[in-house]
Formats: sequence, C-alpha cells, structure tokens
Amino acid sequence: MSDITSQSLFELTSNIKEKKLSSEEITKAFINRAEKSRKLNVYVTDNFEKAIDQSKKFDSNPNLDFKLPGIPIAVKDLFCTNGVRTTAGSKILNNFVPTYESTVTQNLWSQGAILLGKLNCDEFAMGSSNETSFFGNVQNPVGENLVPGGSSGGSSAAVAANLTPVTIGTDTGGSIRQPASFTGTVGLKPTYGSCSRYGIVAFASSLDQAGPMTKNVRDCSMLLEVISSFDQKDSTSIDYKRNYYSKELSKDIKGKKIGIPKEYRVDNMPDEIEQLWKNGISYAKDCGAEIIDISLPHTNYALPTYYIVAPAEASSNLARYDGVKYGFRSPGQNLIEMYEKTRSEGFGDEVKRRIMIGTYVLSSGYYDAYYLKAQKVRQLIKKDFDDAFSKVDAILTPSTPSSAFKIGEKTNDPVSMYLNDIFTVPINLAGLPGISIPAGKDKNNYPLGLQVIGKPFDEQNILNISYALEDKINFKNDISDWWLSE
Amino acid sequence: MSKNSEYLIERENKQYEVIIGLEVHAQVTSESKLFSQSSTKFGADPNTQVSLVDAAFPGMLPVINEFCIEQAIKTGIGLKAKINKKSVFDRKNYFYADLPQGYQISQYKYPIVGEGKVILDMPDGQKEIGIERLHLEQDAGKSIHDIDPNNTLVDLNRSGVALMEIVSKPDLRSPDEVNVYIKKLRSIMRYLGTCDGNMQEGSLRADVNVSVRLKGETEFGTRCEIKNVNSIKFMQMAIISEANRQIDLLEEGKEIDQETRLFDTKRNETRSMRSKEDAHDYRYFPDPDLLPLEISQELIEKIKSDIPELPDEKKKRFIDKFNLSPYEATILVSDIETSNFFEEVIKNSDVKLATNWITGELFAVLNEKNLEISQSPVSAKNLSKLINLIKDGTISGKIAKTVFEQMIDGDQDPLIIVKEKGLKQESDPKAIEELINKVIENNSDKVAEYKSGKDKLFGFFVGQAMKESKGKGNPQLINKILKEKLNG
Repeated sequence: MSDITSQSLFELTSNIKEKKLSSEEITKAFINRAEKSRKLNVYVTDNFEKAIDQSKKFDSNPNLDFKLPGIPIAVKDLFCTNGVRTTAGSKILNNFVPTYESTVTQNLWSQGAILLGKLNCDEFAMGSSNETSFFGNVQNPVGENLVPGGSSGGSSAAVAANLTPVTIGTDTGGSIRQPASFTGTVGLKPTYGSCSRYGIVAFASSLDQAGPMTKNVRDCSMLLEVISSFDQKDSTSIDYKRNYYSKELSKDIKGKKIGIPKEYRVDNMPDEIEQLWKNGISYAKDCGAEIIDISLPHTNYALPTYYIVAPAEASSNLARYDGVKYGFRSPGQNLIEMYEKTRSEGFGDEVKRRIMIGTYVLSSGYYDAYYLKAQKVRQLIKKDFDDAFSKVDAILTPSTPSSAFKIGEKTNDPVSMYLNDIFTVPINLAGLPGISIPAGKDKNNYPLGLQVIGKPFDEQNILNISYALEDKINFKNDISDWWLSE
Repeated sequence: MSKNSEYLIERENKQYEVIIGLEVHAQVTSESKLFSQSSTKFGADPNTQVSLVDAAFPGMLPVINEFCIEQAIKTGIGLKAKINKKSVFDRKNYFYADLPQGYQISQYKYPIVGEGKVILDMPDGQKEIGIERLHLEQDAGKSIHDIDPNNTLVDLNRSGVALMEIVSKPDLRSPDEVNVYIKKLRSIMRYLGTCDGNMQEGSLRADVNVSVRLKGETEFGTRCEIKNVNSIKFMQMAIISEANRQIDLLEEGKEIDQETRLFDTKRNETRSMRSKEDAHDYRYFPDPDLLPLEISQELIEKIKSDIPELPDEKKKRFIDKFNLSPYEATILVSDIETSNFFEEVIKNSDVKLATNWITGELFAVLNEKNLEISQSPVSAKNLSKLINLIKDGTISGKIAKTVFEQMIDGDQDPLIIVKEKGLKQESDPKAIEELINKVIENNSDKVAEYKSGKDKLFGFFVGQAMKESKGKGNPQLINKILKEKLNG
C-alpha cells in the first residue's frame, strides 16, 4: 500500500471499506504531514484535535454505507463551519465563529467526512494568487515562491501537497479552475444552482459556486455527488435530478462533439499553451470524439463584463461587514467614524479596490453605462454558448493563459492579475459547468491545465470527457516535498 | 367637488392650492418576516425575534415568504389595481446601524402591484384617488439613542418585517382628504386582513409629499417630502405647516428647494433633513440572491375568489337592502368590526333602530371610554335584545336608555335588568286610564285652562302622567287616552 497521504479519495474510501485502514490512521497521517508543512501556509485554522476525536468516534462504530466514511477533509475558509472560526481570509472576520454550517460542508459531514481545518484563500475570494489573504500568501508545492493560484489557493496547494485527500473550493471567475491548473490538480465549477450557496461567505452572488478540488477525475465525480444538492435555503438553488456522477463515470466518449472556440486563441498566448491545447485536441480525437471549430464571438467582452458585475455585487454583499454585529470593529467617535475605521482597517487593498469599482458602476449616472450594459453583454455571452451547444456536446479550451507565476510578480499590476481569469470568467457569466484537468507542463516543469466546458447540468458529460483525456494525458505531478520540516 | 369646500390657503388676494401625495408604509399581517422565519409579533423583548438572516450573518440568504406575496396581491386587488405577473426585488444600498445587510431588499423598477384607485366619501360627494403602485420591502431595525448615554442600542426585532409601500398619485388636495384617504386605506386592508393598521405600533406610517400652486395653475410646484409621519393628526399638521412655509417662500419671491424634511411635532413645523444634492445614492440593483418573482394567473384567481366584500360594495348593499342613508352606511362600513357588529345585531332585530342605537348611544360610549368596537362593553347579542324590547313595546326608548346605561357594566342582559328593576312598560289601558284620572283630578285648574284654549298645556299633562307611572307608562297610550279625556 502506498503512503496514506498520497492515496486518492477512491483508494482511501476503498481501504476504509475493506478495513485495511482506520479513519484514525488516515486522519493522523494527514495531520502529521500538515505539522511538517507549515511553510506552505495552507491552514488558517486547523481542527486537528477535534478531527482525531471524530475519527476515533467513527472507528468505534463505522458506517461503511457513507460515501466519505471517516475521510478527513480540509475546506476553503469561505465555508461557514459551526463552532470553527471562519475568516474568508479577512481581518474583518478574524474572530468570527459561526453558529451554523454551510449546506455544502454539511453534505460532507452527513456522508461521514471529518473536518481537518480551514484552508487559506484570497480575501473574500478576491484574487488569483492567494496573495490578498490577511493570513499571508500560500506556497505552491510545485515550486518555491510560486503562487498556488487563487482564490482557492490554500485548497489547491493542500491537495497537491497531499495535505487533504480532496477539498472544496469556490469559483466566482475561475477560483477553483485556475489554482487547479497552477498545481496540477483537478477542479470543477458546477452549473450555477447545483451546489447551495447557503453558508458560504458571499463574493458575487450571481456567479459564486462551490465545487470539488481533487487529485483526479474519479475523486472529483465522487465529491461532486456528495456536495451537489437542492436546498430550499438558497433561492437560486435548482431542483433537478442529479446524476450518480461516480457510478456513471465512463471513458467512452466516442462520437462526442467537442467544440474548439477560435476566440480563445488570444494574443501573446505562450506557445506551450497553444501546444497543450493541440495535444488535448488530438487526445480527444484518439478517444473517438469529433472536433468541431466553433465561435464564441463575445468572448473578448467577458473579462470587462465580469469586472463590472462581480465588484458591483461584492460592493453590496460586503456592506454587512460594518463592525456593528460581529467581526472586527475599530471604535470611533460616532457611527460614520466607526464604519470608516472598521472598514479601512478590516479590509485589504484588493477588496477595497473592488468595493470602490462596484460602488462606482452602480452609482446613479453610471449604472446604465456600466452595470446595465454589462448585464446585457452577459446575456450575449450566454447566448454565444447556447448557440455553440446546439452544435457541440462540450467545449475544450486551456484553463489559464499561463502557468503559475512568482509570488509578488503581479501584485502591483491588478489588470495583469485579472487577465489570469480570461478563459474561466465566461463560464461563470454563463452559469455553465467547467472543469480543469492537468494536461502538461511548461518549460519550467510547472503544470498547465485544460478546461472542459459543458451544457447546464451536464457535469456527467464533462467528467466523462475529462476522465478519458486524463487517461490519455497520463499527467504526473512530480512534487519534491521541498518544504517539509521535521 | 363644489367650490365652497375647496381647501385653499389665502394670501393677499391670492389663493393657493395644496397638492399632496402619500407613500404609506403598511406592515403586512403575517406570522413571519418577508425573507426569514422569525416572528413578527409586536412588543417582544429586544433582539429576541432575530434570525441569522435578519442579522445578516455571513453566507445567509433571503428566502421569500409566499404568504407575504399573497397578502400584497390581495391588497392590490382591494385597491382595484393591476397585479404584475413579474416583479423584481432590488437592493437599496445604504449604511445604518439598524440595517444589518447594509441594504434594504425592496422593489424599485418592477413592483408587484401597479396602478389602482381608492374612492373617498367626502361630505360633498365621492372623490377618486389614484394609486401609483404598491411594492414589498423589508423594514429596518430600530436604533435607540436614549437608553445608554454613550452608545446607540439596536433592536433588530423589526428588521426584515414585510412592509407594503403604497404610493398614491398627487391627487389629494386637503388635510381632510388625507384623513379620509388614510382611514379608507386602513379600512380596506383591515377588511382584507392584510394590515392591522395599528398606527400606535407603527404598522401604518407615511411619507407625505407636499407642493403648492396658485389656484388655476396646471403645473405642479416643487415638492418636499416629509418623512415618516406616524399619525393622521401629525400628517394634517405637517401638511398645513409645510404648505404655509412654501407659500411664505413664494410670497417672498424665493424658490422652494426640493428636499426631504422632518416634522417636529412639538414645534409644529417641518425642518430640512437633507437637500436634493445630499440625497442618498441608493445604488439600486436587482438582488442576485432572489429570482424575479413570477405570479401565475391561477394564484391571482384563487386570491380573488377569497376576497371578502369590501367597504364600497358593502356600503352599496347596506343602502340598497336596508334602506340606510349614504351617511349612515358610510359610518357603518368604515371599519370591518363595526359592520360585522351591525350585521350581527340586525340578524334578530330592527334595522332602523339598530342603526340609530349603534351610531348613537353605542358610539358615544365607545368615544367616551376610548374603546374600539371590538372592545364594546355591550355585545351585539344583548344590544339586539334591547332593540327588540323597544320594538315590541316592552320598554320605551327613554327607559331603554336607562337600561343601556346599566348594560354597559359587564354586558348585562337587558331582559334581566328590565325584570329585576321592574322597568317593563305599562301598556294596560285600564291602568293608564286610572293614573290619568288621577292627574286630571289633581290638576283641575290646569284642565280648565287647557279647555279654555291653552293647548300647550297638553305636554304638561303627558309629563305628569309619565311621572305618575314612574316613567314606565306607554307614551303612545298616554297620549291617546289623555286626548280622549281632555278633548272628550
């Protein structure tokens, strides 16, 4: 049997069900490795003591019918967890301990999983490098001083470094898929409405979705099966029959029509990305898929549209952090002064920047020119995909325009940072499912990902395509454990 | 409307007309709040009816309370208004300590109810007031500044309670019309059970828009909005004071600034709260946590079929069926409790007498004791018994008043009072004749005067006979027999 922490979720679950491993052994193995991996800074808050207690409790009377029997899992610190501090990577929630559980995490615990701890992320999920977190940046296990992507950077790093078997992140414009791409892992953003947003600290309500981040496609299907559910506590949750994603997982994609959008061939795209994409196309052909050239004409407008819609919603969603009810408060002589001090000291620069952009685009006199126009363009982008999906079953693109960059490299250049999301934001704007799978490496040996985009609620199809491609690509993430301490 | 009842403010040969529009905030009658399951009960200890949603905890999401939607539709139907099959909830963004989300969920461009109307019964006839729209929104919490000298305290019990904002067209022209309009609106909503209209508890409040113009002008003047006035009396005072302030400015050749003002009830004047330049930019946008609200025709039809008889229809029925005067009918239908009481009384008794007794004696007692009809010290059942005693001649109207006074004390049965006190009317002609003989005997001088032509003395004899009967003599019988004796 291979080292416990390097096992996939599928392997760990099988080993528990076959009683080859106990929940306690697994939990302790991950905790032990985490203790030696502080340098990566993936944890904001650990739950190690309680996790060991819970694993013992599980072992004393194991329910092997669970889909995640006694499996320890760390989650992004954007999910509210009952009795465990939830910060959203922000000073303003530094001391916040929820008395309630998000639906998505509750779904994990209801299937036997155990909370290992809360993973670092960009502040309020705003960022593409995990550098905006109040709790410091996260190291990418792929290489020292490399960003793990963001905003689910703690999550991607934790999966890649074998610090959690799987994890869940959230994706508003690419926050699951881009870090998965940067770390050689798998990340899926489900259809908007698939996973409940109840109890997830909101960034941009019309775009936010939780999703699985895993080592491989099979694990991804297993985790999606657990976290996706209809929830009456979220009015945008959609009541539809969900697949048994893991049972229905298949490599047979013969005859599937896969679209290649010409607009994703952007200026200055590195050759290695171009090559990666070509390889993906030929693998898909090898699997019997039919490749069809398509056009998504409004792709160019996706990024500006996203950077109007998302900050607009964020500026309103973050108004509740005012020092009055919970979280950080900086006292003032009067209410206004208290607001100003609390929010000036409590929020970081990137969050403030987006609040200001959002406030601006919603202001009277600018609303029509920015927010309203962005909503119209959003409809056009959606229509592009509708039209495309009348001809194809899925769309294949690169996940990101580049591999992981150095820590600090883009912190003073927000626009270049935003460009990281160029291939991922259109999918959020259209509410579609998208998955990033590791597909190759660049000249520095850093991982690169391919993205498969599906029709609404057609997660099964993109999982199957990814499963088939994964097999052909046969990606190996050689991570040297350079950060480990004794 | 006839000329003489026009409300005009005079200044040196000039007459100004006052233009008023109201934005009424009516609390929806509902067990739970608009987007959460917290109770809406009034008067609970501070912060005991607050859910995680109401306090805007991270990750909490609003879920619409279907019942509040139905209540708004019902109210819309009661206002003869268009129900919009698609409406949108927007966020109205502003910071305040008692606004936990940092925004109020309201409806901006697409309200649930569109144009409607309310008919006012004014002394000189009916007047129609247009309704611009009705939309649903959340109430805020309450900031309390006078308990702790150094801090403002916040009570979130009210936070998230459903309100209907009912916006009238600028069709109102006088404080009297405002009075009748508010009462009519309140009456319609109480008939429907969609708002209890309790102004003391803040269930009904209004923002009052006032402008003035010279009589005969057709353009509107610049308006000012007086925020959050919570009684009809204050609304009327605020309108008079604000209209005069605006007229004074115009008379001095000055301009009126469009602004939001507050009414100071102690000084009886309005003062500026914020100017147009300082007006909040609420940054309205559709709430992404809520889907647009879609209402099916089936639901509208279902609600329509449950709509009770409303004041206007009831008034018509009372006039047609019971032959009441429009004035009487208006009074009796003004409040659903009153009309229910009336209909209960007339189930078993005379309509004319019931109308007189309810609008006369009963209302007098209620006024005097400051009670609602629902708290009436005399039940409908016992009042109808009393009316029957009058009708069948058991007691006279005068005795009935004595009996009524006693009934007030603990809703006593008039039959028992009459029996115990021996108040039954004397209607035996022989007995009456006997006591009249006695009166004639004792007043032979007056009889002589009467017979010599002093007709006025007849009243004196009636009085004496009544006195002799200790007030119980049947007045018709006394009259009849006296006439026979004196004239015979």
